[in-house]
Amino acid sequence: MTLLSLENLTVRRGLCPVVENVTLTVAEGEFVGLIGPNGAGKTSLMRAALGLLPHEGQSSLAQLSPGLRARAAAFLPQGREIAWPLSVEALVALGRGAHLAAPPDADRQAVDRAIDRMGLQTYRARSATALSGGEQARVLIARALAQDTPLLLADEPVAGLDPEAQLKTMEVFATLAAEGRAVVASIHDLGLAARSCTRLVLMQAGRVVADGAPRAVLSDENLAQVFGVRGFHAETPDGPVFQPMGILR
Amino acid sequence: MARRIGRPLWGFVPSFKALVLAALVAGTSPALAEGPGRVVSINLCTDQLAMLLAAPGQLVSVSHLASEVQSSSMVQEAQAYPMNRGQVEQVFLMRPDLVLSGTYTQASTVALLRQLGVKVVQVPPATSLGEAVEQIRIVGRVLGQEAKANALADAFAAQIESARFQGDRRSAAFYYPNGYTTGSGTLANEVLELTGFDNIGADAGVTGGGILPLERLVLAGPDLIVTSQRYPGASRSEDILVHPALKAVQAKAGVELQSDADWICGTPHLLRAITGLQAARAALGAGE
Amino acid sequence: MKVLLPLGVVGALLFAASLLVGPAGLGLSESLKALLTGQGGAVVLVMQEIRLPRALLGLMTGAALGLSGAAMQGYLRNPLAEPGLIGVSATAALGAVLSLQTGLAGLFALALPLSALAGATVAVLLILVLAGPRGGALSLILAGVALSALAAALTSLVLNLSPNPFAAMEIVYWMMGSLADRSMTHVWLAAPFMAVGLVMLLSLGRSLDALTLGEDAAASMGVNLTRLRLAVIFGTALVVGASVSVAGSIGFVGLVVPHVLRPFVGARPSRLLPAAGLGGAAVVLAADIAVRLIAPDQDLKLGVLTALIGAPFFLHLIWRLRGEHA
Repeated sequence: MTLLSLENLTVRRGLCPVVENVTLTVAEGEFVGLIGPNGAGKTSLMRAALGLLPHEGQSSLAQLSPGLRARAAAFLPQGREIAWPLSVEALVALGRGAHLAAPPDADRQAVDRAIDRMGLQTYRARSATALSGGEQARVLIARALAQDTPLLLADEPVAGLDPEAQLKTMEVFATLAAEGRAVVASIHDLGLAARSCTRLVLMQAGRVVADGAPRAVLSDENLAQVFGVRGFHAETPDGPVFQPMGILR
Repeated sequence: MARRIGRPLWGFVPSFKALVLAALVAGTSPALAEGPGRVVSINLCTDQLAMLLAAPGQLVSVSHLASEVQSSSMVQEAQAYPMNRGQVEQVFLMRPDLVLSGTYTQASTVALLRQLGVKVVQVPPATSLGEAVEQIRIVGRVLGQEAKANALADAFAAQIESARFQGDRRSAAFYYPNGYTTGSGTLANEVLELTGFDNIGADAGVTGGGILPLERLVLAGPDLIVTSQRYPGASRSEDILVHPALKAVQAKAGVELQSDADWICGTPHLLRAITGLQAARAALGAGE
Repeated sequence: MKVLLPLGVVGALLFAASLLVGPAGLGLSESLKALLTGQGGAVVLVMQEIRLPRALLGLMTGAALGLSGAAMQGYLRNPLAEPGLIGVSATAALGAVLSLQTGLAGLFALALPLSALAGATVAVLLILVLAGPRGGALSLILAGVALSALAAALTSLVLNLSPNPFAAMEIVYWMMGSLADRSMTHVWLAAPFMAVGLVMLLSLGRSLDALTLGEDAAASMGVNLTRLRLAVIFGTALVVGASVSVAGSIGFVGLVVPHVLRPFVGARPSRLLPAAGLGGAAVVLAADIAVRLIAPDQDLKLGVLTALIGAPFFLHLIWRLRGEHA
């Protein structure tokens, strides 16, 4: 089942397009890594897909009412804003705001599950703003998980996390996809993306230049053209390994 | 000259003895007996006394308040005189032989005029009916119009005496913006007593002028409340005059009276205020 | 609940105390009987027409200020947002003064609160444009200072130009606020605006909670940002405009009350809103009782007391924020 479909999506800043004619569908079971250099349009694409940015073209999510959209897709913005010192539990429970009609039991279970998944059990009562940056990032991911939507859009969810948290987060996303949901996450770490994602979408200057299996997207040609680097691929017992190496320009 | 701020001038005057006034006038030169040629008045009350007493051509200028309907009983008469705003420059250029001023608001003006060699007579505001009568004689004397002044003063005194109310007394209170009231030791208080009223403000211990909280006024429940006229424009200070609680007390009494320009100075125009109070007392009737 | 109940009890006690404090020195049973049964002659007038409106206005303006402070802080995600500090009260006062001095207020009864409301709306709009949500403490305070100064200057100008000699003496009233000698007329004038505004602001809890995580996150959680912005603007303008038009601008309540109560509600904006409303009412009632006890026969301004308590809090907040947003 298709959870997100974009058709000729274009976003302009002034006259200049920052996302240009992107057509994309995401189906359940997919963990899509959105990759590309800084300024490629990854964030704008996600925000426009949610209807948070004025855009041309069609997005299946942007057409929904705010309430329906909140039950169709959760969004984890890049800026990790936590304005008030809420407890971790209260903050994660904010994700339930989209499910006004849900019984309290369902809310509690969803919050517990999200906290468990992100390994935050011991943090429940702590003030979120008193945590370290990486811990806050995990709390915010748990919040998005508590929203319990078929689709999760995450903007740089693993940036600034320690290696263990990065791997765990990617594992959680992969699990979500395996459970029949879908995750679209922008990721700068190509190694992590290659390892966990089922599919990569490579963007450059607002356009999608490659879309497919990680090994295919991270071809020598694409790497050279988009990132200006060479890469190293290997198959290991732990899964595929990719490491960018060698600057070409 | 400070702007008049709505409460009648006698409102904030502590008792001041006619003695002081006599001392101010004592030692004036013999030339004054024939009357100074050019007189400038820079105070509302001396304006009116001078207009009543001066010989034609003797009074050169009166203050701008004399032509303000809110404060002056002689707006018409004042039109005949150039007005001044009491600043030294303006007054000095009128080349006065004598300047009449009040005692409180114009201290620096008076001092400077005297330094410049101008003769200044300060007339304190009257705080009793006796002082009011006496002031007519004193201003008459400094203007060299003693006969005219004595006649006016005698008639004024006689009319005051004939207005004295005999019979049972009612309670009354003055109520002005910001809950300001007038108590004992004031001209207004004496006028109230003259016409058969006891002043609630004086009973409440207010001497001169002071604040009487609305609550205490309502509890005292005076038979008559004398309020002030509202100024143009709006102010929160005057809102208290239309407060429902005050209106209720006034409605119970059934008689309303507003003080006006006639109440401010101790001139014979005060008789009009007395007449108003007499009418109010008559309307209240005798006994409960 | 565990915060609202004690606050409610404190508020109710202060409301009762406000009814029992006054220069007339009435007995307890006498005044209660007069208030409730309407029997007792002049005492009834004192209780029903002088003290009751004063206590009601204390309750209403306090709730308005506390609640609008909590709502603005929640929306701007800035603990320094307060109607008094950021110029909303001052601009509402300008609106009120303009309508009084131009005679507009005399034309129809609602002109006064409507003008104050218009002033407050302009101020909130300007603040949103100049400082914006998450605009940082510095830009918010700078915009607030500029707006307050401008509004205060214009208010003073209008009052000084008034033909009414009392008007110029009332500048301090519009800047500092007072509940002295108000009547039920003022209560009825402000009540409908405040009621609508309070309901609007109280309904924002869930949206403001979501906004804790930023606008994008909130929008993705189903918050309609446009509707939220409008509700904050008009809700604040309604309650602040109505409160300023009858009581002048009382500063710091909207700053201190949410700040003090935030830890007790787990910092959640939705729970802070009602708590700040009750807390604000309690603070203004207490301040109004204090001014009557400190200077029974003078109209000591409410803002004097609230600033004495509030300004140190403000400095403390600035101190804490100095590294974060500067």
